[in-house]
Amino acid sequence: MSAPTTAGDPTANEPETTWRTFVRGIQLTPELRAGLGGTLLLALLATAGRVVVPIAVQQTVDHGLRGAHGPDLGLIATFVSIAAAILVGTAVSAFAMNVRLFRTSETALATLRTKAFRHVHDLSMLHQQSERRGSLVSRVTSDVDQISQFVQWGGVLLLVSLGQVLLATVIMLVYSWQLTLLVYVCFLPLVFAVRYFQRRLAVAYGTVRERVGDLLGAIAESVVGAPVIRAYGVTDRTARRLDSSIERYRTAQFAALRFSVLTFSVGEIVAGLANAGVVVVGVLLGLDGQLTVGELTGFLLLVALFVQPVQISTEVLNEAQNAIAGWRRVLGVLDTRPDVPDPGERGRDLPAGPLSVRFEHVHFAYPGGPEVLADVDLDIPAQTRVAVVGETGSGKTTFAKLLTRLMDPARGEVLLSGVPLRDVRFSSLRRRVVMVPQDGFLFDATVADNVRYGRADLSDEDIELAFTELGLADWLDGLPHGAATPVGERGESLSVGERQLVAIARAYVADPDLLVLDEATSAVDPATEVRLQRALDSLTRGRTTLAIAHRLSTAEAADEVIVVDAGRVVQRGPHAELRRQDGPYARLHASWVNQTRSD
Amino acid sequence: MLVAVTECDRSCRTWMRGCDDGSSGERGVRVVVVDSRDDVEHKARTDVLRRGLGVLWVAVRHEPRIFAVSVLGSALFGGLTVAGAYVIGAVTGRVVVPALDSGQTTAGALAAAAAVLLGVALLRVLGILGRRLGAGGMQFRLQARYRREVTRRYLDLPLSWHHRHPTGSLLSNANADVEATWFPIAPFPFAVGTVVMLIVATGALVATDWVLALVGLAVFPAVFAVNVAYSRRMSPRMTRAQQLRAEVSTLAHESFDGALVVKTLGREAHETARFGAKAVELRDALVAVGRVRGLFDPAMDALPQLGTLAVLVVGAFRLRAGAVEVADVVSVAFLFTVLAFPIRAIGWVLGELPRSVVGWDRVQGVLTATGSMPYGDAPAPERTGPAALELANVAFTYGETPVLRDVTFDVAAGRTVALVGPTGAGKSTVTTLVARLVDPAYGEVRLDGRDVRELRRGALADGVALVPQTTFVFDDTVRGNVALGVDVPDDRVWEALGLAQADRFVRALPEGLDTMVGERGASLSGGQRQRLALARALVRRPRLLVLDDATSAVDPAVEQAILAGLRASAQGTTVLVVAYRRATIALADEVVFLDRGRVVGRGTHAELLSRVPGYTRLVTAYEEAERDRERDRAAELADEALA
Repeated sequence: MSAPTTAGDPTANEPETTWRTFVRGIQLTPELRAGLGGTLLLALLATAGRVVVPIAVQQTVDHGLRGAHGPDLGLIATFVSIAAAILVGTAVSAFAMNVRLFRTSETALATLRTKAFRHVHDLSMLHQQSERRGSLVSRVTSDVDQISQFVQWGGVLLLVSLGQVLLATVIMLVYSWQLTLLVYVCFLPLVFAVRYFQRRLAVAYGTVRERVGDLLGAIAESVVGAPVIRAYGVTDRTARRLDSSIERYRTAQFAALRFSVLTFSVGEIVAGLANAGVVVVGVLLGLDGQLTVGELTGFLLLVALFVQPVQISTEVLNEAQNAIAGWRRVLGVLDTRPDVPDPGERGRDLPAGPLSVRFEHVHFAYPGGPEVLADVDLDIPAQTRVAVVGETGSGKTTFAKLLTRLMDPARGEVLLSGVPLRDVRFSSLRRRVVMVPQDGFLFDATVADNVRYGRADLSDEDIELAFTELGLADWLDGLPHGAATPVGERGESLSVGERQLVAIARAYVADPDLLVLDEATSAVDPATEVRLQRALDSLTRGRTTLAIAHRLSTAEAADEVIVVDAGRVVQRGPHAELRRQDGPYARLHASWVNQTRSD
Repeated sequence: MLVAVTECDRSCRTWMRGCDDGSSGERGVRVVVVDSRDDVEHKARTDVLRRGLGVLWVAVRHEPRIFAVSVLGSALFGGLTVAGAYVIGAVTGRVVVPALDSGQTTAGALAAAAAVLLGVALLRVLGILGRRLGAGGMQFRLQARYRREVTRRYLDLPLSWHHRHPTGSLLSNANADVEATWFPIAPFPFAVGTVVMLIVATGALVATDWVLALVGLAVFPAVFAVNVAYSRRMSPRMTRAQQLRAEVSTLAHESFDGALVVKTLGREAHETARFGAKAVELRDALVAVGRVRGLFDPAMDALPQLGTLAVLVVGAFRLRAGAVEVADVVSVAFLFTVLAFPIRAIGWVLGELPRSVVGWDRVQGVLTATGSMPYGDAPAPERTGPAALELANVAFTYGETPVLRDVTFDVAAGRTVALVGPTGAGKSTVTTLVARLVDPAYGEVRLDGRDVRELRRGALADGVALVPQTTFVFDDTVRGNVALGVDVPDDRVWEALGLAQADRFVRALPEGLDTMVGERGASLSGGQRQRLALARALVRRPRLLVLDDATSAVDPAVEQAILAGLRASAQGTTVLVVAYRRATIALADEVVFLDRGRVVGRGTHAELLSRVPGYTRLVTAYEEAERDRERDRAAELADEALA
């Protein structure tokens, strides 16, 4: 699973067998094994209790009810009291087993959930983006729930059922080996039927999964795209799409159900056959003197005890398909090695003081795509303010991503103050190098809490001070509750430009030595932008700043401008100089001036 | 019980969100009205049984026929389960015992016994088919029906309602909550059949021997009592677990949504701690659920088994009294054994009721939501050609925060007006009012002199096209995204793409117009998405085009080409454009300057420049900055020279 596009894709792991997934799952979550011995012992006791009643019935019928002198009440009382005591014991062990099982499995799965959550964050940005957000979320929610359902319900039921089948078989053998053989012969065809139906079922479930994906996509579109749907009056089109995906999902669900019911029905018919066979053969054996009435009656009850777990097992095996698929998806995430790994212990810290930047013959291409950057080789001295400009698609944003190690170059190396970026510990890198992405994503909290995301220990006063320093005090005061104003989901209660202001404040308080701005003010009005820029200039004096912008106002203010075209650095120098040269920058700048200045 | 395989299981409440979102609001505190938890919990605790049965009754009313089929199947199954026990008893009494006592039997008797046993099995299969297919069919149909109703409601409810509800909870209302509501339907017919079975069993017991029947009369009510006690105890625990599941999911969703911020600020450990704490809370809640369930299951197992033992004791007394025969005792004992399993179906239904009720409440929250956006019945104006737009004394409030105050301006037919103002001034809100995504709190928005609220549904969209600031791309082809429900030939689509400067990159896509874009399709850059959204508006040849900073992600050269194209082709269109850049403003015949929700100035660019200082500061900011820099540089040079 090295290609990012397949991260956590359920189909990517399909060849992996159910058993292997199970074993791997247990390996990765050793907590599931905690106290397993005790739990299994309790399960065994609980299972053993199930044969008590048939045996009690047999004993009572043969020795109590049909005794030589009529019903022997004393004997019956003894049988029944012993059986009742065992039953109560069974129930208590079952309860104890359940509690242990729930505690162990939930504890283990909470750990697994958290582990998977962390792992998603450790994956590279490219990996994260190649996944639908929703499917990443289900890795840590519903997929784990499916495992827990399997472990608590399916797994144990399967074990208990198996135990019950074995136990029933043993006792059946004690009563009559001929009848036992007969029962097994009847059930043999079921094994093949189950295998056949399960293959069909797996396909049917695959369709269900696919269609639920479509359904969720359609629902999400109707909710997230609500403004466009209204603005363009395409309600009917959306409704049609929703109806069709709802209906397709329903038919797929029903098709899967059909196979599951068919499997169960076959089991039921087989059970009928076994019962009939046992009566006929049992009577013949009885006539032969090999079986008493009580034994035959007990045997019939044992057949019921045998049928029930077999039926349950087929159901559990059907369900297990789901659970294992969920488990496989979670493992798929955990087994995906982050392709931009943190060197951690083996890594180095960045040297103290302002940071210089060096790109050494850097090449970069997105997976399966053409080269976005080709042979970029440049030095940015510490404490300079650099602007990267270029047309849309020229590769300028790639600079920011390489510099902050959101991605690694395909060839070449990026160095900060002489240290290769791959060797720098993330703890050091993220403290010293901060990027402000274009999409000013905010968490559903207050303005102040969002700024504190950059530095946790700030007081409300500190935060107000930060906004003041950035020249944004007026804006903050204009908010209904100042810094305590909630920003809403994804910050959507603020306008796009306002979100960018908060994102900049958040990066500013983090106090980095290298600040990377990726179109960080694209939706802010010019006056605010200029004010902010001026504030940042004086505040970030002494650190290195790299700003990517298509508003050339940023380039005008920078110490140096780097012009990128088709993945290569084509020009470089101070704004004033580049403007005079006949080159791409002069043209870009001319159209910028044209757009922004009065004539 | 079939648990459908789903990417997103019923427990996963908050769901994926589109890649980008369209609901950009200008400033304003969004009042998030999720149904109050305490309230829901309280309701669930007080009379969950009654309310849950009410929900089941709704289900029966919706699908009476299929319900009848499944209950018949279930009753058949139940009846035969009881009958099966008696058949076994009868076979024992009439064939086995006589045969073994007398030492001989006939082939006929054996064949009859076998045939009866097989016949019962086949009929039971028939019952199972009816019951399970019926129950599944009913469950899936109800889910589909409510998904349709909920999503229909989403499409009908006004955007202001959408703004008040988090995306995640809307997604889970249509998916997880609907699923939870109808979850008990799967075992419901089985449970109803079991009740029938218990009645039949009681009847059979009474017919056999009234004293033995007393055992049944003691055990069956005990089963009910345990079930009821179980669902009472379970309800609050279940509700809490469900709530925590939602919280875990919401947290994961937000955290993954903001993954870039988490990564660039190195906050992975903090996020993991935040998530881990919630996961532990959820664990504790689930363990609490497990403890109750762990007690319930063995209790439900033990009750009928204890019943069997009681039958043996009572049976022995009755046998001695000569009231019954051995076969009767065996039948009754067997009956209790086979009852053990179906009786649990009642537990399944009752156990799922709490969750069902919570789901139902949440679904009803959507279905009964008020605040529709009523449409008038005026058709779209007959006129073709550019539309005239007027805003008269418009005021707008987000929550309690006033966003627009007394905004009045007009755009004459065929004119282009630029809406300019600082960040957070309310410009985007004006555009959403014009496209009638929201209605003003006060005042009127008029198109061709008619209040837009009087127009019938769809009439406004026929003439007005809005390109929002953040673009939304549908999971569809490029053609589907541009045409978006309008039937236009490909050359019109290409023409629009050309005007939006999007034709070049669309041609470069692997399948051109047929390339899938959107979340699962080709990934597009921000600038490309914006141009696609622009083409979507242009292909409609709108009478009024509203652009909300619609070229912010497009670089200057491309933007200039777009603007030139618009200027040449937009003669038949009235344009309202939110803009910062001078070139865009230059397109406009007039400028409206908005500041803190008020119109502060209006006139030509030159007029505003001379009259409105705020406007001047805004549009000349870059020149000022450049002048300042030059001044600074000159000063520096002078300093150096002096030195």
